[in-house]
Amino acid sequence: MFAAWLSGCGPGGDQKEAGTPGAAVAIPVGHVASLTGDTATFGQSTDRGMRMAFEQINALGGVLGRPLDLLSEDDRSITEEARTAAQKLLQRDQVVALLGEIASSRSLAAAPEAQRARVPMISPGSTNPRVTEVGDYVFRACFIDPFQGTVMARFATEELGVKKVAILFDFKQDYSVGLADFFRKTFTSLGGEIVADERYTSGDIEFRAQLTTIRAAKPEAIFVPGYYTELGLIAKQARELGIDVPLLGGDGWDSEKTLEIGGSAVEGYYFSTHYAADSDSPKVQDFVRRYKEKYGATPDAMAALGYDTAGILADALRRAGDTEGAKLRDAIAATQNYEGVTGRISIDPARNARKDAVVLKIEGGKFRFYRSVPAS
Amino acid sequence: MEQFLQQVLNGIAWGSIYALIALGYTMVYGVLKLINFAHGEIYMVGAMAGYYTAHALGFATEPSLTGLFSVLLLSMAACALLGAAIERVAYRPLRSAPRLASLITAIGISLLLQNGGQLLFGADPKFFPALVTSRVALRAGTVAVSNIQLIVLGTAVVLMVGLELVVMRTRFGRAMRAVSVDAPAAALMGVPVDRVISGTFMLGSALAAAAGILVGLSNPKIDPLMGLMPGLKAFVAAVLGGIGSIPGAMVGGLLLGVVETLVSAYLSSTYRDAIAFVILIAILLYRPTGLFGAAQVEKV
Repeated sequence: MFAAWLSGCGPGGDQKEAGTPGAAVAIPVGHVASLTGDTATFGQSTDRGMRMAFEQINALGGVLGRPLDLLSEDDRSITEEARTAAQKLLQRDQVVALLGEIASSRSLAAAPEAQRARVPMISPGSTNPRVTEVGDYVFRACFIDPFQGTVMARFATEELGVKKVAILFDFKQDYSVGLADFFRKTFTSLGGEIVADERYTSGDIEFRAQLTTIRAAKPEAIFVPGYYTELGLIAKQARELGIDVPLLGGDGWDSEKTLEIGGSAVEGYYFSTHYAADSDSPKVQDFVRRYKEKYGATPDAMAALGYDTAGILADALRRAGDTEGAKLRDAIAATQNYEGVTGRISIDPARNARKDAVVLKIEGGKFRFYRSVPAS
Repeated sequence: MEQFLQQVLNGIAWGSIYALIALGYTMVYGVLKLINFAHGEIYMVGAMAGYYTAHALGFATEPSLTGLFSVLLLSMAACALLGAAIERVAYRPLRSAPRLASLITAIGISLLLQNGGQLLFGADPKFFPALVTSRVALRAGTVAVSNIQLIVLGTAVVLMVGLELVVMRTRFGRAMRAVSVDAPAAALMGVPVDRVISGTFMLGSALAAAAGILVGLSNPKIDPLMGLMPGLKAFVAAVLGGIGSIPGAMVGGLLLGVVETLVSAYLSSTYRDAIAFVILIAILLYRPTGLFGAAQVEKV
């Protein structure tokens, strides 16, 4: 019944009052985020990044003469909850845009709601290609898995010179399945061999069975495109079984928790992500300094993506000159060469961001910039 | 072959956790004919108590065996008290009520602890401090056993042997067995039934707490909902071994751990959780008394 009411109001949704012009009523912006649960650091980081961006924008007078107000709704890292959170923000709070999620499965749950309500949605960090295919109101501020998978497959072949790789992926996460797929394709087309292909399920804590099978296949590296909680446990158990080849991963590893859980077990591992906090770009250094002053922690990639996502939205609002859904959608789609802390961002016709990736190495208990990979 | 051996070793270490939890189910069932569905949550509270005591006593930053065993004992003591309290508040008042009533209270307590745990500890996963620095302890060819797996297995074996001694060699154990066979008759013989039942809950809960600490040590991610699945699996293990039978719970737990590991290794990890319940259904259909349970004639 809930859904029927929603779809009933869908097509007519753009008649929504845009607020009284001139009056400094805040513009409500929704944020669907995993503030608690298995990937809590993702939502907390994007939230901090977005809040910092909005504070800066509001200090300079806001957009369209109105301040921006960020309304965050926790989905507890649960796929179904992301849909509920999006519905709450769209109906109860009448937000003009929806920001979030990081995990692709959860963005895929929330996106149909935004599309139906004709409210633009920008995911800061969902890299699975299917996310923006939901509809023309769904965007992302990051690159997609075919690119990220290719980056790591090339990195394994060219930089590490390995020929035999094992894969251990999270069968329940669209992100992990997608990344494993694209890695597999590129790596085999480059002449490499996948010697073991194992899976696990989010929330698992015991991986020794799969790791023992992988060990027997004698890989030269293991690709683990999952999220940080499981990665930390996998790394520890791999070391205990005497596996000492490097583990490779994607941006799902980008959290301080990787270091906290993995400790010395994650030393010498590599992963691809959106930005490096130790980059020497002045824009990044300025962002890192202000973030540290405000929150007392080094911003991870999700914080940087949250910051850029908020920035892209504010930029589009200014160009649209209106908070109405269709106009705002067109303005976001027209984003070209936006200078963000995660690089220069252009939105392509498929509503994905085109930008560079970086590979980080874990060394001395820190993420260190290793190399950058340009967007094809 | 070496790989198979490694998998079996992994399975035994994993299964010893199930075995410790299964013991609590089986003992309570033995004396009360009650499936204590809150038992998985006691295991969770055990892990949480260990997490907080390790941090409070400063063992989190300095790995040592002393630290591990102090945390283990404190957490076992805390959960023993919790177990006794739950019995006093939730089960004792219903002892003469139909059995279904206590079963439903058990589910209620389980939900209370899960959600209360989220309120109290937070819904975020916590990472159990490394009380022991992990390293490969034994290696034969490619078969490697880590010191943590040895500690898990060693502690589990010591606790199980200890339990067996308590049950078979002490006055309390004899009283427990008497209550298990026939509670009213035991009461007539002067056995303090209430105290025996309390003691049984304390013993079972302490073992669940130990399982919580051991899992924190070997798989250091803990959260308020962590007890749900292992609780159900341990229940399956107890049924597999023959509910009410102490050696049955040990063997059932170890067997389930090995089967799950072999399924993950040679079929697919996606079937791992399903296999436990397939076993449960098969056991209930073909051998409801389990491996060690004796068939009982229903007295009319």
